[in-house]
Amino acid sequence: MSDWKQTCTNWMQVSPLLFILGFFLVLPIFAIVAVSFWASTEYSYHPAFILDNYQYLFTSKVTYNVYFKTLMFTAITWAITLVIGFTVAYFLAFHVRSLHMQITLFLVCTIPFWTSNIIRMISWIPFLGRNGIANNTLVNAGLIDQPLEWLLFSEFAVVLAFVHLFTLFMIVPIFNTMMRIDHTLIAAARDAGANGMQILTNIIIPLSTPGIMIGSIFVVTLVMGDFITVRFMSGGQSASVGRMISNEIGLLQYPAASASAVVLLFTVLIMISIMLRFVDIRKEL
Amino acid sequence: MKKVGIFNKSTDAVASNIEGLTAQERQRRTLLKGATAVTAASTVFGAPLIWAQNIKDVTLRQFGTGVSNLNDVATKVKEDLGFTLEMTALDSDSVTQRAATQPKSFDIADIEYWICKKVWPAGNLQPMDTSKIDNYDKIAGIFKSGKLTPESVIAQGTAPHSVGFVDGPDGKEFVNEESGWMTLIPTIYNADTLGIRPDLIDEEINTWAQLLDPKYKGKASILDISSIGIMDAAMVCEAMGEITYGDKGNMTKEEIDKTMAIMTEAKQNGQFRAFWKSFDESVNLMASGEVVIQSMWSPAITAVRAKGIPCVYQPLKEGYRSWGGGLGLSKNLSGLELDAAYEYINWYLSGWVGGYLMRQGYYSAVPETSKNFMSEDEWGFWFEGKPAQGDIVNPQGVKMEGAGAVRDGGSFYDRMGAVACWNAVMDENQHMVRKWNEFIAA
Repeated sequence: MSDWKQTCTNWMQVSPLLFILGFFLVLPIFAIVAVSFWASTEYSYHPAFILDNYQYLFTSKVTYNVYFKTLMFTAITWAITLVIGFTVAYFLAFHVRSLHMQITLFLVCTIPFWTSNIIRMISWIPFLGRNGIANNTLVNAGLIDQPLEWLLFSEFAVVLAFVHLFTLFMIVPIFNTMMRIDHTLIAAARDAGANGMQILTNIIIPLSTPGIMIGSIFVVTLVMGDFITVRFMSGGQSASVGRMISNEIGLLQYPAASASAVVLLFTVLIMISIMLRFVDIRKEL
Repeated sequence: MKKVGIFNKSTDAVASNIEGLTAQERQRRTLLKGATAVTAASTVFGAPLIWAQNIKDVTLRQFGTGVSNLNDVATKVKEDLGFTLEMTALDSDSVTQRAATQPKSFDIADIEYWICKKVWPAGNLQPMDTSKIDNYDKIAGIFKSGKLTPESVIAQGTAPHSVGFVDGPDGKEFVNEESGWMTLIPTIYNADTLGIRPDLIDEEINTWAQLLDPKYKGKASILDISSIGIMDAAMVCEAMGEITYGDKGNMTKEEIDKTMAIMTEAKQNGQFRAFWKSFDESVNLMASGEVVIQSMWSPAITAVRAKGIPCVYQPLKEGYRSWGGGLGLSKNLSGLELDAAYEYINWYLSGWVGGYLMRQGYYSAVPETSKNFMSEDEWGFWFEGKPAQGDIVNPQGVKMEGAGAVRDGGSFYDRMGAVACWNAVMDENQHMVRKWNEFIAA
């Protein structure tokens, strides 16, 4: 009887979460998967079970180009945000001595996030333009004769915006794990004769891995799913998987968009599962 | 016996109810009688009286692209007609989407003719009885016979008259003659061409082919709305002499492939600075000098000029790519709302809106009624292509042009008479969209 009661209580405790995840996560994903097999015309779509959407997706050269480009953006953004994020977190965690100062500086990092994502991105456009502040300054300083064309509406601009937008997602989890590293470990290593580099590679990096992985998951999923940054910063000239989906939605091709979304979802899940291979987050947290 | 008893009882109850009419109900009955009298009177004095009583409760929900979804129009409707018009402005993709998939979300769809061709088969719109349209006879010929003047040649593409009529009140098929059942009541239309920055270009621009001139490498742009962009691309390829099209508005797969191959090559050579999708983007690209030649819409030119930056809507020898929009009625409209919608459409064509839109550089479907709402100078400048006598101001009162200025491209007949192609949706639309996406991703 008490067993039964226990089970009942357990189920009741878990049911709010179950309901929320079921209703807002599992159900929509099922709907997307179902629609991805539907048939569509130019202006309508109807239930069916066809594989055309996937067939087109996997046979089209565009898909591979777009995935290649999206993965490239992801890899570059990930590498840069990791280096910057790790450095900033390291500085905050080990160089800044007082907790008070650490918190203050950490909050300073979040200031850009008080404005909207889109505004932060768009404000780069007048800065980087042909007659923008960056080019004018460089020309006036005599460093270049002609304005640099590749500053704006280029892949450089896209990566720049991504790094600007997403570095904080790297800083926060890495800083969080670094703060938990026992400082006596570092002192012990130093007493045992380890130099700064050895301490970094043998103690700090291994112990920060969970933070690095969490940050990486944030950055990778955000970049893989982005559509607006790529559109604005490349001047509409570059494509990403997200943009492809948004175009399909715009053209009323919901089944095709769903198929693209399912493929993207699986791609991202595979990437995350590979990342989780390197670290047991549950154990580390 | 028992049954009868029950029956009696209930009849009694009904009877007593009738006798027991409350004062309120009696009053209502008197009102109803009065209403009948109003209806009777209205047949003598004209329609508006019928619903003068209830019309204030009517709300019509209109959605469409930004061009004609103007709050000033809604305000004026409230003032002149008494009912409420709610406006929602969306981009063309969203407009198409909503007209095709969310019939309950609107009463009036303000859409373009090519969108109409795409969404009409979805059955969410009902055709209009032209006998209820007061100014039907005065609507420009482009929307009826397809000809601006009797001598005009009908341009390629989805010409408005070809999707303007259906065969009956429940018609699904478009017909070529004036059947009396109109799909969209034309509201505004215009002829589009390339916009240029004359201060940053030192030669004469006279052909679409110059969009891909290597001189403007990294300084050209084209719009990324596939159904319109492909037309601009076709105008360019044809002007270059690379492709001869059977019908630019309905290309074959080979024609689409060739067109996109030329555009893709230009893109990979760095011809384009950016692609734009919204009106504001095109204005910013031009005003900032990122782009000096691009496909553009008329009010965007005006917006650039309003910033004090020179910008010309350059007439080109191959002619214009034209578009037209109109109001369509939702299938769900009936009764009082339907009457209100007809009244709104009649009001729309009666001149005030036409004058308003013509002062923005568009054309009204019934030009002659708009004339009454414009000054002689305005009419001369916008419609007849004459030099302005004094300052030309836009509907918000901002000065657009000074005395002596002449409209780019000249008069209505010069501009609308030189239409090479209408915005269109093709039979090979799906193929075209895929090719367009490849071009963007290339």
